Amino acid sequence: MREIKSASIIEAVRQMAMEAAWDLEPDILEALLKARDRESSALASDVLELLLINADIASREKIPVCQDTGVAVVFVTLGQDVRIVGDLMAAIQEGVRLGYDEGYLRKSVCDPITRVNTGTNTPAVIHVELVPGERLHISILPKGCGSENMSGLTMLPPSAGLEGVKDYVVDLVVKAGPNPCPPVIVGVGMGGTFEKAALLAKKSLLRPLGQPNPRQDVAQLEQEILERINDAGRGVHGLGGNNTSLGVHIELFPAHIASLPVAVNIQCHAHRYKEIDL
Amino acid sequence: MSMLRSRPDFFDRLKKVTLPFNDGILETLRAGDLISLSGTLFTGRDQTHRLLFDLLDQGKELPVDLKGQLLYYVGPSPARPGRVIGAAGPTTSYRMDVYTPRLLDLGLKATMGKGARSSEVRESMKKNSAIYLATFGGAGAFLSKCIVEAELIAFPDAGPEALFRFTVKNFPAVVINDVTGRDYYQEIVSASSL
Repeated sequence: MREIKSASIIEAVRQMAMEAAWDLEPDILEALLKARDRESSALASDVLELLLINADIASREKIPVCQDTGVAVVFVTLGQDVRIVGDLMAAIQEGVRLGYDEGYLRKSVCDPITRVNTGTNTPAVIHVELVPGERLHISILPKGCGSENMSGLTMLPPSAGLEGVKDYVVDLVVKAGPNPCPPVIVGVGMGGTFEKAALLAKKSLLRPLGQPNPRQDVAQLEQEILERINDAGRGVHGLGGNNTSLGVHIELFPAHIASLPVAVNIQCHAHRYKEIDL
Repeated sequence: MSMLRSRPDFFDRLKKVTLPFNDGILETLRAGDLISLSGTLFTGRDQTHRLLFDLLDQGKELPVDLKGQLLYYVGPSPARPGRVIGAAGPTTSYRMDVYTPRLLDLGLKATMGKGARSSEVRESMKKNSAIYLATFGGAGAFLSKCIVEAELIAFPDAGPEALFRFTVKNFPAVVINDVTGRDYYQEIVSASSL
């Protein structure tokens, strides 16, 4: 039995919340650079350059890449043989509160009815998964809602098949147009149940950008959907060109014989995340 | 990233526009024009609109006169000590569509955010000879450098949704809807394959 003190969880989450807001990960920067180099529209290419300059300023001066520093979505993978000394969930919330306060990040969480801001960016949305062993892994994905609002879920009949899945995903992303800040990353959850598909769509965003699904038929589906989205020509910020999406990630789970749930979680180009093993 | 210039090429092609708008300037702008804004503007987003409309519905005076002004849809992140403002890029505009026609009827001349507007807003812009601008979503750190002064005007309890007056310098934007009724996003859609 391994012991982990809640104080070290607070500190790790605090630090990750701040760094996620300031520093884009290398895979995102590389994808933006590649997009700029293959961009067909001169204006879109200039805007991609602006986004790279923006990331550089954000990182050097510790200003958020985007003012929407999001709802903090936290994924925890907890080994069964770990004993947390203290309260795990409270520690994560405290880490988020401290990070958003000390990092000068925007507090964007409010009561859904009164719309009164909680003032702390808490509560974070926390997902915990139990696994064997002594591991504690925490990922933080501050999720902006310009893109979150363009997400969708459908319960397709199995007869809709792959064509039905492709049409739904492509249509949703193309119709979102400039709203979610393209070039977007498209997270897709296929199968499972209503809530499982949505969670898979979100989790797929944690995969390194551009890394295909290990199942070859799924990887091919990812590539095909990506090409169809980019062929539609909406482009960076809806200003035209061939970079509406930087990548499509699909995660699967077996479905009921009557059902084909498809969830699409759209992520903006300012895809921020951090992870740590404690 | 040493290969990066300090600003992209298109900044050399921006048409300079001062704020609040001078007479006749809006009529010269066309959908697709790249412009650079200097002067003062007001900010507001979801809750700001709700609070402004509460005042209007109670027959009270608004904290600012919107006549001839530009309203920027932004909820900035907090300023670090010694800085003017935190990241301050645009939020998605369609959420303000329900409020915009009434504000345009009150004399507001332009709005700025990101994403397309409803047909009602487009009609109201035509009727009121108003325009809509998009600036660059996800470039909030860069755009914060184009804001030289930020003054809290109203609704401090709304946090990032408070109403500010910004003084901006060379703030970049694209004209999406012009006074002739053209819509740049629609033109991109028409020109593309799907």
